Amino acid sequence: MEELNNLLHGFGVALSGPNLAYMLLGIALGVLIGVLPGLGGANGIAILLPLTFTMNPTSAIIMLSCIYWGALFGGAITSILFNIPGEPWSVATTFDGYPMAQQGRAAQALTAAFTSSFVGALFAVALITFLAPWLADFALRFGPAEFFAVQLLTFCSFVGMSREPPAKTIAAMMLGFALAAVGLDTVTGTLRMTFGSTELLRGFDFLIAVIGLFGIGEILLTMEEGLAFKGKSARLGARAVWQTWTQLPRYWSTFLRSTAIGCWMGITPGGATPASFMSYGIARRTSKDPQAFGKGEVAGVIAPETAAHAAGTSALLPMLTLGIPGSPTAAVLLGGLLIWGLQPGPMLFVEQKDFVWGLIASMYLGNIVGLLVVLTTVPFWAAILRIPFSVIAPVIIVLCAIGAYTVHSSLFDVILMLVFGVLGYLFKKLHYPLAPLVLALVLGDMAEASFRQSMLLSQGSLAIFWSNPLVASIAGLAIVLLLWPLWGAARDRLRTREAASAVGDAQ
Amino acid sequence: MRPSASERERDGVGTRWPEVAVALFLLLIAVLVVKDSLRVGIGWADDGPRSGYFPFYIGLLLFAASFTVLVKALRHWRRDGVFASRAQLTDVLAVLLPIALFVGAASLLGIYVASFGLIGWFMRRHGRFGWPTTAAVAAGVPLVLFLVFERWFLVPLPKGPLERLLGF
Repeated sequence: MEELNNLLHGFGVALSGPNLAYMLLGIALGVLIGVLPGLGGANGIAILLPLTFTMNPTSAIIMLSCIYWGALFGGAITSILFNIPGEPWSVATTFDGYPMAQQGRAAQALTAAFTSSFVGALFAVALITFLAPWLADFALRFGPAEFFAVQLLTFCSFVGMSREPPAKTIAAMMLGFALAAVGLDTVTGTLRMTFGSTELLRGFDFLIAVIGLFGIGEILLTMEEGLAFKGKSARLGARAVWQTWTQLPRYWSTFLRSTAIGCWMGITPGGATPASFMSYGIARRTSKDPQAFGKGEVAGVIAPETAAHAAGTSALLPMLTLGIPGSPTAAVLLGGLLIWGLQPGPMLFVEQKDFVWGLIASMYLGNIVGLLVVLTTVPFWAAILRIPFSVIAPVIIVLCAIGAYTVHSSLFDVILMLVFGVLGYLFKKLHYPLAPLVLALVLGDMAEASFRQSMLLSQGSLAIFWSNPLVASIAGLAIVLLLWPLWGAARDRLRTREAASAVGDAQ
Repeated sequence: MRPSASERERDGVGTRWPEVAVALFLLLIAVLVVKDSLRVGIGWADDGPRSGYFPFYIGLLLFAASFTVLVKALRHWRRDGVFASRAQLTDVLAVLLPIALFVGAASLLGIYVASFGLIGWFMRRHGRFGWPTTAAVAAGVPLVLFLVFERWFLVPLPKGPLERLLGF
């Protein structure tokens, strides 16, 4: 029961006055970020990160992670009331949430969405509480070969599980690795790919990439879609909340299934967005009345919201224990840890107990605070969305530029942000996934270091990746996931051939 | 009846040109990566792998992946999807160009004056607000930002001639 003791100690850290204030501030900022299109969890945190450099790391991570929870809650508000997903992971929530709002059941849909977010997060935090120390302990035995194998697994699972074409996933990922390699090679002291430019000496900072790809790219996409906010108004009374809560226990199986999907997709870097779609799809398939989905079915709100929040939360498990983030937002938080001088990975649990357990305790508290905040302040956020986009858009652009500038106090970074913005727009339109690009950019140096160290140990032989059962099984799993799309393509081809020959026989 | 590719081309842009352009851009980067890795050395030195050891394979994989995308785009040349309509592209450019101007202006005039211009332009052009509202918001937002960043967080942002005139 060491975990419980540690957790109680963590609550002590998280419940101190200033940390509680940072929590509230984080949640409020997070909901705002979640509500506004163009500002998401990843780039919102990236913009605010430079402001926390001088803060105490524990307070800073509590505030930033609370921004993340707030953004997860906030995405649901716009989906349900305005049919505009504030975040990619709340797209699936619009399918049934908006029809419910149109039928005058907005209060019920909002309560269901917030509550299921809360339940999904709570399960995921419990999972982190008990699994993280064990996983960190286990990972202490990892050598460079094991670490590289885990990183390989991360990236291969992107290829295997992505809904985008594998070639484009690999291309996006390799672009991330290539950008990460630019600048000074810290092992040999050689300059790589700077082509004589002094601006490129620093390399590409992932914060700039995130702000450009997700912030500016999203603004361009939103402009293209020609946004007009025509929303339903909502009042969320205590009675409506209570009535919805009495109905929710009936959906316990949807909750359980969605939590399981979410946790799995969060730990393996599937991320919150595919988790929400998958969960919605499975909820519809297993429902007694699939026809009701898309027309205002409560289960259609519960399933994606539970999974998205569970995935978003559990993405922090591999980030803390292995130093491998499960989502772009977790990647930004990881970048923050590195800047504050904390090395994520198994040693964090040994050396920085206060920090780790303070953070885990703040996840429990942050989600409780978050639920209360969103339940009581919905009309206020809905009012913010009535501010025309022509006012919000330039303000967001200015904030993105300031965020990009403050990372290194460099105007060149602001230009880079614009370039990444155009790239983000093109990539989104052409179905290149952005998450692997960002993760590769963050993990590039780490992956390269562990690969080089493995090669040093084995004198350049790849055989080190199957030299013991542990590394062999991780690497094997990675290869299976990598080849997964091939198997799918082969099966489809076989099926069409069978179908074609069946047609041929009939003639 | 579904409109043919050429008919759709007239009121919009197909995916194939952007698709090919992005694939070529990635190919170019791959070539740069491979070339530079070869320059710094992809083999072993006395103390272990050289600097180009890892990026070299990254470059090769990037080349292979973007080449696949390119070949696919060329093979399915006739089966073209719609990238965006003319009107949509105009909308995107109507935002992209001001952002580019804003970034340029930020280095010359400082970020506060540039923000004033960007917000003002957006509100007039896209929001069709009256002059008083536009001026109030466009001046108010940079003022708040100034107080938050320079006063509260003590983070200096790029300033220009106007701030110098005011003595900051």
